[in-house]
Amino acid sequence: MRAWKLKRDWVTGWLLLLPAMVFLFAFTHIPAVNSLINSFYSTPRGKRAAKFIGLDNYERMIGDPVFWKVLGNNLWFAMGTIPASVGLALVMALWVNGRLPGRGFARMAFFTPTVLPLIAVANIWLFFYTPGFGLFDQLFGGLFGWSSTNWLGSPDTALNAVIVVTIWKEAGFFMIFYLAALQAMPVSLVEAARVEGANGWTIFWRITFPLLMPTTLFVSINAVINSFRLVDHIFILTDGGPDNASAVLLFYIYEIAFKFWETGYAATLTVALLVLLCLLAIGQFFLFDRKVHYK
Amino acid sequence: MSSVSLKEVGKSYGRVEVLRGINLEIETGELIVFVGPSGCGKSTLLRMIAGLETITAGDLSIDDERMNDVPPAQRGIAMVFQTYALYPHMSVRDNMAFGMKIAKKPKAEIEAAVSKAARILQLEPYLDRLPKALSGGQRQRVAIGRAIVRDPKVFLFDEPLSNLDAALRVATRIEIAHLKESMPDSTMIYVTHDQVEAMTLADRIVVLNGGNIEQVGAPLELYENPRNVFVAQFIGSPAMNLLDATVTATGTQTTVGRADGPAVVVPIASQASDQARPVRLGVRPEDLVLTEAEDALIEAEVDLVEALGETTVLYLKGANGGAGTIAKLPGIHPVKKGTRVRLKADPAKLHLFDEAGISFRHR
Repeated sequence: MRAWKLKRDWVTGWLLLLPAMVFLFAFTHIPAVNSLINSFYSTPRGKRAAKFIGLDNYERMIGDPVFWKVLGNNLWFAMGTIPASVGLALVMALWVNGRLPGRGFARMAFFTPTVLPLIAVANIWLFFYTPGFGLFDQLFGGLFGWSSTNWLGSPDTALNAVIVVTIWKEAGFFMIFYLAALQAMPVSLVEAARVEGANGWTIFWRITFPLLMPTTLFVSINAVINSFRLVDHIFILTDGGPDNASAVLLFYIYEIAFKFWETGYAATLTVALLVLLCLLAIGQFFLFDRKVHYK
Repeated sequence: MSSVSLKEVGKSYGRVEVLRGINLEIETGELIVFVGPSGCGKSTLLRMIAGLETITAGDLSIDDERMNDVPPAQRGIAMVFQTYALYPHMSVRDNMAFGMKIAKKPKAEIEAAVSKAARILQLEPYLDRLPKALSGGQRQRVAIGRAIVRDPKVFLFDEPLSNLDAALRVATRIEIAHLKESMPDSTMIYVTHDQVEAMTLADRIVVLNGGNIEQVGAPLELYENPRNVFVAQFIGSPAMNLLDATVTATGTQTTVGRADGPAVVVPIASQASDQARPVRLGVRPEDLVLTEAEDALIEAEVDLVEALGETTVLYLKGANGGAGTIAKLPGIHPVKKGTRVRLKADPAKLHLFDEAGISFRHR
């Protein structure tokens, strides 16, 4: 009787887990493992089946100058987007958390980029960046008398132009997390600090910022993942060009896999991306661990 | 010398007036308790003294210096919050040292002040712990310690015991009383809605209601000689009974007649113009005693008995035109629900209130 009941609990438990597990395995775990396996095989072509080639794909990757180029681009992209979007999010959250006329409107305005599809906004930004009559050329030309710049067409500016769009897209999303954390913070803490003579600057650096650390950790891990994940706008804005100047790792994987149909090598690049993301996430946990205070 | 002085102080949010015409002189070394029901403005008044709320009317001075526009940190005050307001990411030591650290005081001075406060509050074993590793009572002690480290002229307590359980509340209350004794020169202002805290801690109590001061006085003075019906019913538990009556004879003593009881002679003076005036006769539940006499003050049926051991509380039905009258008798009484009892009171302990609710003794 007891054994029967235990078994029934066990079955119920697995049944409840099943829907989530099916999706998790189908779209996350099995593809990841498959990628790892495929990375050791050649790309199947026509009647020629994939064959085991060991570490050949990895050797090719190490010798591939484009791989190193897009990896470098990706690091620059990450360094350009993560601190700026997280910092901007915090500033915006602090601003719209205070007493401010039209606060609801400001919150909505900051959050709007998050709800818009990246592909759609990339098309709008395309107009902003248009040489000659785009918003930026009009603005800088009118204010500083700069000559027309091909923001997206020049290797020097293409990646940075993509970075600006990403920051604009992400900051509002991260702001929501900071805003929620700020609103959960007891007012009496700030009042106690004021009574003790702390000015706004001291209160922020000694009280508010340390207490926001769990949110900062969460947001920055998301920002790191996004810096490798968000490529939608690159297709619209630059298509990775010119000369791979604005291509990042995931974009390159897409090109290898679905433009050149080299699935074996694409799997190898995917494994490299996964390892990189894992290392970054683990590193962040250790880096932040001492500084994060969970209540 | 007056330590804290409030002159015609008021507070309004837009057109909503929450405090008006507050006049109060607090002496150095006094422990003053602001007491009143929820929403009476007691916490707002304390926060105005702290500088956390702006003062919209009148003048606040601390040690004869006008403080209306002085920032909180420069008023010479320290505040203890109901929710402790400890910085959760700092150790007990850092919490207590925070104010001195940001004031860039020398390390040795900070260390001395923190260890002195820790010794007074027996917090020495916990100095390196985070607040989350402390019990509620210990956290409140750290908050008090943080206030002591500031060495303020005036301590402000905002319902400091409300978040503690009953046993800890009594223990911490006694600690605060000892603390006050050990710092005779510190002025303390203490806000509570709990009249036991008010009665036990205060040198003087300020009873607030609806944004006004109803009465200021020593605890027993308020108990024995309330100025009006509100104070009479707010101080003392259960609340004072009020019986409807009419003045039938005036002079150095006043005689009142009642529809549902015999006439009563109260040793309180009244004027000829009070003749035939409707009044309310006040008698505290603990001043009522059982009697066999025919002309008892109250004769009524017992509706409910609460036997607490040290006292027996009788809830009476029918007396005073339906409104419940309560009697609190010392010790154990074998009174059953439904029996009729007669109660009398010492006439010297009766109170008379006019239609406006003002006590005859205070007119």
